[in-house]
Amino acid sequence: MMHAPPPSLSPEDRAALVEALEVFLPTECILHELEDVRPYECDGLSAYRQLPGVVVLPRDETEVCRVLTLCKQRGVPVVARGAGTGLSGGALPHPGGVLLSLARFMRILELDPIARIARVQPGVRNLAISEAAARYGLYYAPDPSSQIACSIGGNVAENSGGVHCLKYGLTVHNVMRVRVCTIDGEVLDIGGETLDSPGYDLLAVMCGSEGLLGVVTEVTVKLLPKPEVAKCVLAAFGSIADAGNAVAAVIAAGIIPAGLEMMDKPATAAVEPFVNAGYPLDAAAILLCEADGIAEEVDAEIERIAAIMRDAHATQIRVSRDEAERLRFWSGRKAAFPAVGRISPDYYCMDGTIPRKRLADVLTGISHLEVKYGLRCANVFHAGDGNLHPLILYDANQPGELERCEAFGAEILELCIAAGGTITGEHGVGIEKIDQMCVQFPPDVLQAFHAVKRAFDPSGLLNPGKAVPTLHRCAELGRMHVHGGADKFPELPRF
Amino acid sequence: MQAIIEDWRRRIAAAAERGEALQIRGSGSKDFYGGALDGTVLETTAYSGILDYEPTELVLQARAGTPLDDIEQALLERGQMLAFEPPHFGPGATLGGAVACGLSGPRRAAAGSVRDFVLGARILDGRGADLSFGGKVMKNVAGYDVSRLMVGAMGTLGVLLDISLKVLPLPERELTVRLGCDQEDAIRLLNAWAAKPYPISASCHEQETLTLRLSGTAAGVDALSRMIRGVEVENAADYWRALREQRTEFFDGEAPLWRLSVKSTAPSLPLPGRQCIEWNGSLRWVKTDADAALVRDVARKVGGHATLFRGRLPDVPAFHPLPAPLMMLHRRLKETFDPAGILNRGRLVFEF
Ligand SMILES: Cc1cc2nc3c(=O)[nH]c(=O)nc-3n(C[C@H](O)[C@H](O)[C@H](O)COP(=O)(O)OP(=O)(O)OC[C@H]3O[C@@H](n4cnc5c(N)ncnc54)[C@H](O)[C@@H]3O)c2cc1C
Repeated sequence: MMHAPPPSLSPEDRAALVEALEVFLPTECILHELEDVRPYECDGLSAYRQLPGVVVLPRDETEVCRVLTLCKQRGVPVVARGAGTGLSGGALPHPGGVLLSLARFMRILELDPIARIARVQPGVRNLAISEAAARYGLYYAPDPSSQIACSIGGNVAENSGGVHCLKYGLTVHNVMRVRVCTIDGEVLDIGGETLDSPGYDLLAVMCGSEGLLGVVTEVTVKLLPKPEVAKCVLAAFGSIADAGNAVAAVIAAGIIPAGLEMMDKPATAAVEPFVNAGYPLDAAAILLCEADGIAEEVDAEIERIAAIMRDAHATQIRVSRDEAERLRFWSGRKAAFPAVGRISPDYYCMDGTIPRKRLADVLTGISHLEVKYGLRCANVFHAGDGNLHPLILYDANQPGELERCEAFGAEILELCIAAGGTITGEHGVGIEKIDQMCVQFPPDVLQAFHAVKRAFDPSGLLNPGKAVPTLHRCAELGRMHVHGGADKFPELPRF
Repeated sequence: MQAIIEDWRRRIAAAAERGEALQIRGSGSKDFYGGALDGTVLETTAYSGILDYEPTELVLQARAGTPLDDIEQALLERGQMLAFEPPHFGPGATLGGAVACGLSGPRRAAAGSVRDFVLGARILDGRGADLSFGGKVMKNVAGYDVSRLMVGAMGTLGVLLDISLKVLPLPERELTVRLGCDQEDAIRLLNAWAAKPYPISASCHEQETLTLRLSGTAAGVDALSRMIRGVEVENAADYWRALREQRTEFFDGEAPLWRLSVKSTAPSLPLPGRQCIEWNGSLRWVKTDADAALVRDVARKVGGHATLFRGRLPDVPAFHPLPAPLMMLHRRLKETFDPAGILNRGRLVFEF
């Protein structure tokens, strides 16, 4: 649900702000003409658009601090932006504020192959780190599908994941240190090149904080040795339930695969003509299950995985015979979003996580919702960790379809909550899921989140209106968290 | 159990009103750790029990007072484990203590630390408010990660109630081998091996001996052990447990025990006293009477930090002092969760 946008900068205020920025920044670092700021009006969630007051592209940490100090003095909101691939509207500009782009922070500052650490600027693309590390046989493990484009700063802000996170962890498990500029213009050095740090685990709090706590100006990541070999099993199933049980059986057998992904029939149907991955099109669902490591262990593990799939009633099992075939198996999964984009004018990507055992229930629930809303939905997701990505197909040019699609999406998220899960596994809350936060969390927990925010940003100027709803907003929506069927909270503190 | 929580809430609220310190305590196995104890004891052992454990979900949820022994036993029965191998440091050690202290054992460098495995936490804050953060699913980015903030906070932000953890399957095979080498060689070898996709799950160097644990599939472990060609160690599980519990000979003696967390490639540290290296070079134990300032300076120079792990010294904070901007943030977070400053006063830092 879209609320009315906050007020824009008046022409006078904009001019004054630009003038103040020009004191320490060259003009090419400040954009304020309509045609210059237009490219920043949305991130990957393009249904939400908003022109920023001013776009600022600082070149180093000192400049970031000065921009923030200035904004603090003037009470101007600041929205940080990496590559703008976010899917929850986290980088949606504030009309009365500064959009702070980290696009010029493109350098890999240090790569220590012996200690297996890379120190990079926040604008560095996720994949660029692995590319730079490749010559040492190392890589950066979290691999969002957007890795050719998304920035490491954005990854930290969203705690992004990828297909290999089941075994190798999310961003939070692979980042060792961040430097952060606070709204007060101070630099915090959080974490270290060590496996732990004294004091509170602020690094964990920074990961997934969606640009609300500080602007990340440097990131030190852990690099992992590239596995010697990887092999992938492609298994087809006659029902979603069978595929879900196969996932549980793999885990129960004590195997943590390097990747364990599921695609349902509508997804394989969309993908196959696009990439010719060789997916069986009659299957209700397929699983891709990968093992990696040294040759001996991969062979042993793949054999066990194939046997488990067979016992779990797979209708077809194929093991990648070489690297080319393995990549072809994955090509369909990786191209799933663009492929769906080809068969439908628009699609909306959801991101709930549920306990794995509820997979079949929730997917059945989603298929009922398809009927209710008269919209199709394809499912591609990280089955190993229960992270669903329902892709709702719609056409924004058809009056009412976007609204229907959003209502569909909101109901999927509430299904996830009801199943004991969460409204977002890796894409963040941003502006998109802010209303469902009211359903997932009771007011006192939301208040605790606001208090954490205040500890970092007492002025509330960093990415305001995102990630954590005000209690006022929740109350207005009448969508309060209901705990164990108890009454709605009678007395709501308002702010 | 609800009665226990209600009782704690009342006690916390009353203590907050009077500004009286409360000392949260499980079995007391880690009383030696962190700053000196202060305040009336709030005992957590009665709040015990595994709430939920589904092996195929890889998630276990238990009350904070649950003995680690019970949890490890339940996991073992289903072929799983707490991959961070928490040290107990005494009989009856509880889950809450392990999480609050944030201590991990030998498998840490390979598998991750306590905080890496925490998925959710329910706490009573310093006002007695009952708050749940995170959940029981593997991936969750709704709201700030307050559950992980509790790990290693030494109980200064809240009383832990229920904790959910990711658990992992036991490796199919474990094998421990030993080879002779000096510290410099050990640091070099450990870093070189860590840059290869080898299934090494623990390492320890002391007294010219490097001990390695290989864990994984039988095929993988055997292949690696042929390559490393060390001498196989019998009863290796006992060795790793003794190391984790600091019952090996290295930890004997009266000198204070320092724990230095450093970059894995840091050379042998110029400190008097004996040193023991774990975690592929990232963790250095030092038994030394050296001046605290010297120890901390040495740690700082290699980009690390030093904890006075055992043997409290007058006026020496247990944990490495924080730079001013971080300290300010710590204060603000403390005020957020425990405005009256009553929970585990002085246990993390002298200042609160
Ligand atoms: C096709 C496609 C596939 C995707 N697949 C995945 C996937 O598999 N897994 C996954 O997790 N995500 C995925 N995403 C989502 C997205 O790529 C990630 O969330 C990514 O981390 C965003 O990075 P970004 O640089 O584009 O950030 P942006 O979109 O620019 O910003 C995202 C958020 O981070 C904040 N931010 C950015 N930089 C900084 C900084 N330096 N300091 C502080 N805050 C900052 C912004 O304010 C905003 O709130 C996908 C997106 C697309 C379009």
